[in-house]
Amino acid sequence: MSEIIKLRKGLDINLQGKATESLVEAPMAATYAVSPLDYENVTPKLLVKVGDKVKAGTPLFFDKNNTRVVYTSPVSGTVSAVNRGEKRKILNVTVEADKEQVSEEFAVLDLKKASREEVIEMLLKSGLWTMILQRPYGIVANPADEPKALFVSAFDSAPLAPCMNFALKGEQANLQKGLEVLSLLAAGNVHLSVRANAAGEMAALKGVKMHTFEGKHPVGNVGVQIHHIDPIAKGDIVWTVAIQDVAAIGRLFSTGKVDLHKVIALTGSEVEKPQYYRIISGAPVASVLEGQIKKQAEGDSVRIISGNVLTGKKVEADGYITATASQITVIPEGDKYEMLGWIAPRTHRFSVSRSYFSWLCPKKQYKLDTNLNGGVRPFVMAGLFEEYLPMDIYPMYLFKAIIAGDIDKMENLGIYEILEEDIALCEFVDPSKTEIQQLVRDGINLMIKEC
Amino acid sequence: MGLRKIVDNVKPTFSEGGKFGFLASLFDAIETFLFVPNTTTKKGAHVRDCNDMKRTMFFVVLALIPAFLFGCYNTGSQVGLEGFAALMYGLVRVLPMLAVSYVVGLGIEVIYAQIRKEEVAEGYFVTGFLIPMIMPVSTPLWMVALGVAFAVIFGKEVFGGTGMNIFNPALVARAFVFFAFTPQMSGEKVWYSDWTMMGAQVDGVSGATALEQLATTGQMQWSVMDAFLGFIPGSFGETSTLCILLGGALLLYTGIASWRTMLSVFVGGLAMGYLFQAVGLTDYPAYYHLLVGGFAFGAVFMATDPVTSAQTNVGKYIVGFMTGALAVLVRVVNPAYPEGMMLAILFMNALAPTVDYFVVEANINRRKNRIKTVK
Repeated sequence: MSEIIKLRKGLDINLQGKATESLVEAPMAATYAVSPLDYENVTPKLLVKVGDKVKAGTPLFFDKNNTRVVYTSPVSGTVSAVNRGEKRKILNVTVEADKEQVSEEFAVLDLKKASREEVIEMLLKSGLWTMILQRPYGIVANPADEPKALFVSAFDSAPLAPCMNFALKGEQANLQKGLEVLSLLAAGNVHLSVRANAAGEMAALKGVKMHTFEGKHPVGNVGVQIHHIDPIAKGDIVWTVAIQDVAAIGRLFSTGKVDLHKVIALTGSEVEKPQYYRIISGAPVASVLEGQIKKQAEGDSVRIISGNVLTGKKVEADGYITATASQITVIPEGDKYEMLGWIAPRTHRFSVSRSYFSWLCPKKQYKLDTNLNGGVRPFVMAGLFEEYLPMDIYPMYLFKAIIAGDIDKMENLGIYEILEEDIALCEFVDPSKTEIQQLVRDGINLMIKEC
Repeated sequence: MGLRKIVDNVKPTFSEGGKFGFLASLFDAIETFLFVPNTTTKKGAHVRDCNDMKRTMFFVVLALIPAFLFGCYNTGSQVGLEGFAALMYGLVRVLPMLAVSYVVGLGIEVIYAQIRKEEVAEGYFVTGFLIPMIMPVSTPLWMVALGVAFAVIFGKEVFGGTGMNIFNPALVARAFVFFAFTPQMSGEKVWYSDWTMMGAQVDGVSGATALEQLATTGQMQWSVMDAFLGFIPGSFGETSTLCILLGGALLLYTGIASWRTMLSVFVGGLAMGYLFQAVGLTDYPAYYHLLVGGFAFGAVFMATDPVTSAQTNVGKYIVGFMTGALAVLVRVVNPAYPEGMMLAILFMNALAPTVDYFVVEANINRRKNRIKTVK
């Protein structure tokens, strides 16, 4: 194994409601959803209509911007609705699941003989291609490209993130198979990054270039790892796949069937019993939240987040788990006034600033709510963001270049290397309360449009 | 929560479209002062650090309190008062100045916020407190008002408001007053209070500051300890190096001010002082520079302003060092201005973006080269 890459910068936010290592099989839900909004820059074009019978792996829609890429149903059943928002924008396609689950059948390839094109074709047809994301930009990969390398992070360092060693117990063979498939796609190596002293069985995976990382969040973000392994320059394309998706790809190539089950962690201070659930991708949040949200006092409410508290998406109680999520977090809404809160000691709240006292109790677990904790202001505090982005990048200068819409500067200052998730901590600590993740996404979208 | 109810009741009147809609920004400033708003996160990170600009600025003011209180005491003690009487005398003496600073400054800020339909930024909370502290205690109030108005409008708002300004607004006010009214703002009387009350002996009290004495004779009439503790004439809040360092410790502890900048200013000043001593231009010890005049105050509270100082870590070392060195250079070499700190900081404010530019360019080049060398 190579040397350990230690990252000094970052922050672990210690929250209440970490999942205990027990796994519950979630019952089959009534409906499942696939949403184009779970991916960036997708313009969906429907391939089915309400009432159509589909199997797991049957295409539901394709992307007009990337026409070979289809998005398929995770379950077999009947298309029950196409939900639209403003301007008839497709929000999601729901499928009412059958009792008996069947999958589209794909011929199992012999990976020793199969060509790269055959592998790509199988991934595209089954819809599992959408698990491969491209950097820069964080969009679904274009099958016409050949990336210089492929990166997989074997751990998640976000607040309350699931332990991937636990979530992927018993999936070792599928992971190995998945990595074999991925190694056929990239020109260079497949890089797998594990956490120091917590690599578990992942360390035994073969055919990849193994890296060991140590540090605080965002050390588990694949973008941060790429920066330290083989950074992205202008013109470079690399692909990334989430570790649970590697297992799903492995299952497809072992069995020829689309099997999109995965393990997610139900976490957060407002969850009765935080633990792990085995679900099928696209399941409704209610299928795991049933009876699990703590009773709230009158006037209080909770926020359900598909994903972690830094980067997840807010979902309603009747919403669906996003395709990319590996956890659900439930925290209190913070829609309350707090009298003179900005002068108070506020020992129940968390801050990286020493004008509060949370630094004195690093082990304390916090119950944080969604209050913005202040008003939106122009950037004032220089030098703060740098401490929470473990990359050789000047975040403040990059953000200002994005605000100015200066493409050349954005390029020079590192827009190719970051996604929203990588600078989510900057947004968390910002005393000026700027929506930095949205800012960065706007910048990336400008790059996509202009380049 | 009775107060909350009252605020909720009058809120519509002061919101846009209400009878006093033109006061919306002012109302918002008062409301958010009383209550942290109930706004929740919409996009991105769902939870946020509980630190905000109000708290940050409040801690800067807190850090200024020791020097402020000592300034009050020293004002009284310079006109022959002692103990509590001296403190009270100084407090009464400076309050009108503080009031003028806040009324004029915040008034302009509120008007600008209302025009821009923004919330009132907290920056002036600090600037307004700094301004009386860097003025000689007998500065006429109308001069303070003019300086404040000039600083807020031309030092800050024309650049786009808080966070966008190039020069430290408080120093702009000081510089404006100094250059516009040079005869009144220099000489030997302005450093002493001229109010006859509480038995203060104001008649005939005058004298050069320690800084002026050093510049002209190379000696000062006070001991080093007096200069360190602050029992010397000077601008209201700048005299006590000890109290300033107390405030500086709080700023460093809370991480609001950059230790890189602060340390570099002191190092720069010392280095330049030793250099002059070594070549024989001055015959007093280099560390005198750090004790007299506005050096310490500038190093701790002005040079570290996160908006106008350098933004990059390397830049902070460079700009800090040059600020300190430049201040001593002006003090020693330029006979017209005995105080070099104000000019040094303002000059380095102007230069800081250039220094940062080169630091960032180096980063860009480094990253380009790094990428080439990998494989």
